[in-house]
Amino acid sequence: MSVQAVTGTSDVTAILPRRGGFAGSLSDLLWRRPGLLLFVMLAPPLLWLGVVYIGSLIALLAQSFFSIDEFSGLISRELTLKTYGDLFQPANLDIIIRTVTMAAMVTLASAVVAFPIAYYAARYARGKWKALFYLGVMLPLWSSYLVKVYAWKLILAKEGILTWLFAKLHLSWLLDSWLSLPVVGGNSLSVSFTGTFIVFVYVWLPFMILPIQAALERVPGNLVEASSDLGASPGQTFRNVLFPLALPGIVAGSIFTFSLTLGDYIIPQIIGTSRLFIGQAVYAQQGTAGNIPLAAAFTVVPIVIMGFYLWGAKRMGAFDAL
Amino acid sequence: MKALLKSCTAIALACSFSGQAVAQVKEIGAGEGQVNIIAWPGYIERGETDKNYDWVSDFEKASGCKVNVKTAATSDEMVALMNEGGFDLVTASGDASLRLVAGKRVQPINTELVKSWSTVDDRLKDAPWFTVDGQHYGVPYQWGPNVLMYNTNVFKEAPKSWNVVFEAMDLPDGKPNKGRVQAYDGPIHIADAANYLMAHKPDLGIKDPYELNEDQYKAALDLLRVQRTLAGRYWHDAMIQVDDFKNEGVVASGSWPFQVNLLKSEKQPIASTIPEEGATGWADTTMMHVEAANPNCAYMWLEHSLNPKLQGDLASWFGSNPAVPAACKGNALLTDEGCKTNGFEDFAKIKFWKTPVSKCASQNDQCVPYYRWVSDYIGVIGGR
Repeated sequence: MSVQAVTGTSDVTAILPRRGGFAGSLSDLLWRRPGLLLFVMLAPPLLWLGVVYIGSLIALLAQSFFSIDEFSGLISRELTLKTYGDLFQPANLDIIIRTVTMAAMVTLASAVVAFPIAYYAARYARGKWKALFYLGVMLPLWSSYLVKVYAWKLILAKEGILTWLFAKLHLSWLLDSWLSLPVVGGNSLSVSFTGTFIVFVYVWLPFMILPIQAALERVPGNLVEASSDLGASPGQTFRNVLFPLALPGIVAGSIFTFSLTLGDYIIPQIIGTSRLFIGQAVYAQQGTAGNIPLAAAFTVVPIVIMGFYLWGAKRMGAFDAL
Repeated sequence: MKALLKSCTAIALACSFSGQAVAQVKEIGAGEGQVNIIAWPGYIERGETDKNYDWVSDFEKASGCKVNVKTAATSDEMVALMNEGGFDLVTASGDASLRLVAGKRVQPINTELVKSWSTVDDRLKDAPWFTVDGQHYGVPYQWGPNVLMYNTNVFKEAPKSWNVVFEAMDLPDGKPNKGRVQAYDGPIHIADAANYLMAHKPDLGIKDPYELNEDQYKAALDLLRVQRTLAGRYWHDAMIQVDDFKNEGVVASGSWPFQVNLLKSEKQPIASTIPEEGATGWADTTMMHVEAANPNCAYMWLEHSLNPKLQGDLASWFGSNPAVPAACKGNALLTDEGCKTNGFEDFAKIKFWKTPVSKCASQNDQCVPYYRWVSDYIGVIGGR
């Protein structure tokens, strides 16, 4: 049976006349070619990601293959690896090692501090206690980062509240002997790496607690019970059951704490020994020195480190816990 | 990629040529209705922070030019903003002004159009940080020394030498200076070390602390390495330094009159001095963009910026010195003592900030350029 036959016998036609007009034909076109619709929908965000986001990043990184002219201080736009040679000079290598070590220590400490808190929140806190927990973890994030850092500067100062507290507890000797240690010590807590470390841990802690809590909530309680039923000590249960299952959460949290510490340039400027971190080095090189190639080369360092880190984290299933 | 680079270079060249083509303004016409200024924070006040300090409102009424201010925190930010364009004037310090001239971002000023030019301090009129080949690329605005700030409880008399911040020693209260001194967290501080060596190691042959050959430069860095062992922290932000003098037990540091005045106003036991070696300092110049969209209003502001009342009020507000000596007398806010307090009479002792370049007169063009100052100073602070 042909189409004409059907339309001929009925008042209601199966094929409607074209509505005509621009909107109509556009709608027809998009309906007939779903690929085109997808393209139109995706093009703006992809352009944004490709040009504005990745493109500018590549333009920045390309700078690292230029070099600065030794005499005039002008940038010579010829491709060279000289800037990367400069990057591995001892002073710059110090900055990289210092930053990565700090990021690793901060991450470890955050995990150790965050785990019990997250465990309590995931297992025991109920109702309003849970709400209070969320409030407690999130509250510091609501106030300005700078205010918190300046507040810590006062807390850690030589004539600050912490020193006073140590004196009241007759523990000044402990603080003094810690501060007399090389590397971690200094004139006072706020002028030492210990101070920088404490503030980093404080500022990034919420980013560690939340993913661990999410991971722990997904660990079935009966697994823990089964483990103890089978005679495992609490330590064994933690090592063999709880920790491996929570690990993706810890790794997810560590991505935040590690990368945020790697890139931060405000905290070490306000609290610490004035020794530079990567972020500050980028700031100093591009701003004060006008040495944009070296600044770009410095930005490549955290990108490469995070690249490896994320690759490792993915293998540990961290992205399932985000 | 190569084609892109070529076109970029071509554009850059075209820009620089078009910059050269701009001629000096011959006469001031009617105002354009506004003027856009890049300034240090606190440099252009319209009474919003303290109504006694207002040198904009009257200008706006009299000239019909609305003053739009964009504050910048560092010299580099100023240079970057000027490169971007869209501004008429900038209050550039000596470590930025020559970069702006060399980059052709500012235009020569026709001093005949600035009526008060003759009232400018003679010591500043032809200063090398804004005068190139006899052309004036701006109008002096304010200047100040980098003083030695100290705690009067520890120093009963003013320290005579900068050695208290450069060498390990016991301070007058019998305790060592280790951990109780600070230094400026900027590569330009190498010049302070060079200035100290100029007085104490004359055989190095330093003529100008901003023009250092390899040997002199190395000696300055060695001195700074000693300083690193003494300084707990380097100061970057004026307010952090103020806090460190109050809460960290810091008793001596290179500083600005701004911090000294602030701490004194809080009744802290603080004073400042310019030791026998002299000191470094900064001098700011109001410079005009080559492509200034509002040249007439800009010239009107340049003239206004030399007004003795403005100069005196600003000096009192910022702890700096006026570029117009007449401002030192009869200003209610600055008082007749103000100029002396801020170091007006110590001009000769001050070596003003300028950008170190490899081409230098005093060392046969064999100087260490600024970008190496930056990377080496980072190394010194990092303990290298």
